[in-house]
Amino acid sequence: MRPYGDTTGDGMVQLSFTLPVPCDKRAEGAALQLAGKMGLDPAMVVHAKQMGERFTFFVVYGRVNHLVDLSAVQVVERDFPLLSAKDVNALIKRRLRRKLVVVGACIGTDAHTVGIDAILNVKGIAGEKGLEYYRELRVVNLGAQVAVPDLVEAARAEKADAVLVSQVVTQRDAHLHNTREMSAAFREAMPADRRPLLVVGGPRFDELMAVELGVDRIFGRGTTPREVASYLVHALITQKAKAA
Amino acid sequence: MSGKLDLDPVVVRRARRLAQKAGRPVVDLARSHTTMSVERAVLRLAGVTGADADGIPWVNRLVDAVVADVGLGHGAALPVFDALAREGLDDVTLLAQKAAAGSVRFEVPAGKAATAAKRASRRAVAAGIRRIDRRRAERDRLIKRHGDPAIGLGRGAASDAPSETDRKRPWIYIIVATGDIYEDIPQAQAAAREGADIIAVIRSTGQSLLDYVPEGATREGFAGTYATQENFRLMRAALDESSRELGRYIRLTNYASGLCMPEIATLAGLERLDMMLNDSMYGILFRDINPIRTFVDQRFSRQIHARAGIIINTGEDNYLTTADAVEAAHTVTVSQLLNEYFAHEAGLADWQLGLGHAFEINPDLPESFRLELAHALLARELFPDAPLKWMPPTKHMTGDVFRGNLLDGFFNLVGAMTGQGILLVGMMTEAVVTPWLSDRDIALQNVRYVLNAAGGLREDFVPAPGGFIQSRARQVLGEAVELLERIVDDGLLNAIADGTFGIMKRPADRGKGLDGVARHEADYYNPATEILEAAA
Repeated sequence: MRPYGDTTGDGMVQLSFTLPVPCDKRAEGAALQLAGKMGLDPAMVVHAKQMGERFTFFVVYGRVNHLVDLSAVQVVERDFPLLSAKDVNALIKRRLRRKLVVVGACIGTDAHTVGIDAILNVKGIAGEKGLEYYRELRVVNLGAQVAVPDLVEAARAEKADAVLVSQVVTQRDAHLHNTREMSAAFREAMPADRRPLLVVGGPRFDELMAVELGVDRIFGRGTTPREVASYLVHALITQKAKAA
Repeated sequence: MSGKLDLDPVVVRRARRLAQKAGRPVVDLARSHTTMSVERAVLRLAGVTGADADGIPWVNRLVDAVVADVGLGHGAALPVFDALAREGLDDVTLLAQKAAAGSVRFEVPAGKAATAAKRASRRAVAAGIRRIDRRRAERDRLIKRHGDPAIGLGRGAASDAPSETDRKRPWIYIIVATGDIYEDIPQAQAAAREGADIIAVIRSTGQSLLDYVPEGATREGFAGTYATQENFRLMRAALDESSRELGRYIRLTNYASGLCMPEIATLAGLERLDMMLNDSMYGILFRDINPIRTFVDQRFSRQIHARAGIIINTGEDNYLTTADAVEAAHTVTVSQLLNEYFAHEAGLADWQLGLGHAFEINPDLPESFRLELAHALLARELFPDAPLKWMPPTKHMTGDVFRGNLLDGFFNLVGAMTGQGILLVGMMTEAVVTPWLSDRDIALQNVRYVLNAAGGLREDFVPAPGGFIQSRARQVLGEAVELLERIVDDGLLNAIADGTFGIMKRPADRGKGLDGVARHEADYYNPATEILEAAA
């Protein structure tokens, strides 16, 4: 199949972009050349407007000849459903019948609370509110440079359902060492069925390393609070119910 | 009241009285406590500058050393200037360096030594405040020279604002945020050329939780650029250049919030920033900063802003991003009234109150535009002499950029029809990417079209007596009065602890920065407060 403009198979698409040149004939030619290289044939510059002294904004319409083969589409499915804050709260309220307790921290010498704060603070990130905003979550944010034994103790005292750890600093693989130390400490301190869900996050983690690091889940760059909340509900409520 | 909404003046007076009653105990608390950051701000005014090799400002090292020896409750001025005299030094930064090396012992002076330290500290701090005064006079001169885009006010304009009663248009406010001050500068200058009157440099995520102000020019930030004195200076100088080129004074905005609020306010005054985000409760609710710390820091910051001629912007838009914009409309009004009270108490004039509100009602709701008009007009009529800050939609921006651009157009139209003073330009790519050059251009085109096509519509826009808009505005005001009554009964700190605002529960004995708060001892002395309050 092809994109649909106003007739089946016409392949029409629209496109807008900026080129770092002043607006003139040559600039329009450059826009058409780019469109051509992107596979638009024929292409029409329907709008060109200079911005400042040396930029031009273009809107281009044109036909692409590429075919899309639906049977060859591959997607990596998220293994848990993305829920709204409302659904997360409703599920916890109905199924857990108490607040779900989350303890968060930056461990080791890492003082970068940017990550954990983005996920936990109400302020949130990327237009999404942090976990504190969820009525049915009780969030305890221990902040920066928390020693692993203190984290374990806090998790025990707060009866944490989940522990969220953020690691930004990666010098000499500190994030990996710290995470291993943390998961080992929890394994030692608590029996498997009483251990909170262990979740780590940070921009340099490989999301596939969870097993190797002894944690339940790793979240990489660009993770939003809603994804984390949805995962917590999935792992602690939905999936558990299935297993039982 | 100018009367487009026919609000009952008795109810309006009652709302203000209640806000005052609710805020009074918090002001008393602020007057009887100090914080690490307030004391650091005082010492910055007294001339402490620079940072150690690790980037920790000398002013932090100095206050830490004072607190370790004598505690925080006496204030830093007396112990520092007493030590300065004993050491035979005349440079406070040098004293800070010696203190950091552990070679100075601080004590609380008594008798003659106390009198001498008081006099010396007052002289040093007065010099700092005079520098702020000179920057303010400089701003007035530059505005006169380059011209000022007329700002929208409810009726006759106030002293320092343009005197034209019926202004042409709101100030157009644009955000830059690359993380790199040297990248921000050309972007800001380009935005000014495209029509922006105000440039706001968004801070790096997480700066509000740093307990020190970074030093020097910075080129790396998370989703924003660090607020530092040097960054302030560089951007102000660049915008002075743009002001000359464009023949209108371009204002610069930053954020006095977080754990270092009083220091950042001070640096803003010293570097002639023109507006500062400075909400009375934002840090408490959205950053979990201790309530008492926030109110103490807040009062000092606002006293500095008052002196520096800085316009504050409050953060009521944030409530609407967490709560429903229709159900929670009255919490915005309540917060505006509280912000107004706290601001007046700290010496700010009406023309300095950029009270915030936002276009955040779900566009799928029937009559959502009329509801927005009602809410925006209510703010306009309640605060006729304040340059209200009108914030664009964010919550219901979905990534559908075409619909987003339409929403922004309606947002601009409400701004024009209700005479908002500061229009934060909405981006159709909100929630998609940090704005591209073309996004900003399209957004400004949208603003220009609306202001050009409907700039004077405010004159003709008179809601029908007893109609939808009037009734809605009165309902919101009524709910605001009810909430204020509850807050007065409960106490503001308890209300905050119970989650009245933006649903966050913030008890007074919790939150970040609590360990940097102390009750005044009997001999507490703060020369800055003394000077600022004497003038007010």
